[in-house]
Amino acid sequence: MINDIISMNGYGIYVWSAFAFTLISFVALYTVIKIQLVKEKIKFDKKYLTLTSDKRQTVRAQKTYKGILASNLVSKI
Amino acid sequence: MLKNFEPNKIFLITSKAPKYILFAFIIIISIGLIEALIISPEDYIQSHSVRIMYVHVPSAWISLGTFSVIAILSFVILIFKNKSFILIAKSLAPSGLVFNIIALVTGSIWGKPTWGTWWAWDARITSMLILALFYIIYILAWRIYDGTEKVDKVTSLIAILGAINIPIIKYSVDWWSTLHQPASINIFVKTSIHSSMIVPLALMTAAFALFSILIFLMKYNTELIKIKNKGLDRL
Repeated sequence: MINDIISMNGYGIYVWSAFAFTLISFVALYTVIKIQLVKEKIKFDKKYLTLTSDKRQTVRAQKTYKGILASNLVSKI
Repeated sequence: MLKNFEPNKIFLITSKAPKYILFAFIIIISIGLIEALIISPEDYIQSHSVRIMYVHVPSAWISLGTFSVIAILSFVILIFKNKSFILIAKSLAPSGLVFNIIALVTGSIWGKPTWGTWWAWDARITSMLILALFYIIYILAWRIYDGTEKVDKVTSLIAILGAINIPIIKYSVDWWSTLHQPASINIFVKTSIHSSMIVPLALMTAAFALFSILIFLMKYNTELIKIKNKGLDRL
């Protein structure tokens, strides 16, 4: 049964390599985009922490900034 | 209505949705893979090689659909000068390109046992390759012109120009004599694929669409935070 699934009448090499290429592409794309997102979040946190308290208050008053802060590491500090 | 797409309004959704979409994607792709690789029957002519269809066809559909959406958004950006759509169009491109590459590579792998060749310069395959080139040019244009005033215009024009290729891809198998088979699924006429193959195809399409949305949302959030980072510099 397992041998049949792997060999697929001799077509296994084509079928498995097509599925493997697809899944590897998914993992690679997800990893690259995730790294980019985390990098931008870290950059945001670093910049936010250098702001003076009144500027931080201005930032917190804006909706999008509030949302970013809520999903970032800095909100947990 | 267009105001509903403003980044400030949709960030709350785009920042929270990815984890739920990732969860749904993992469940659907797991079931889809079992259906596609084990449960679905082999084809009476192509035997097991037909299983490549379950990754090749959804990838081609999503890459075509994604570019069509980018082109429509680009048209709106050019005509109505709508700034909210720029970020959406830009964030759609990476997943569209990857799905296009998957369609080309898996099609090539499928071609070897079916046609006896990895590649043929026939109308469908060549037009899909041209679509990949348009994706690459579109993404490169964003890199080259990012931060300049003409970036919106240049990228939108590339997308609109690339959209000319979409109907060529769709009808290439009807207009020219190609190695590639004609469409087996058509929403207007009865499909020629058996229902036992439609189920895994539908599941894999749903999973790929979810993955595409997931990548889009993550990229959108990245681009938005990048803009807001520049905003912090100006404070």
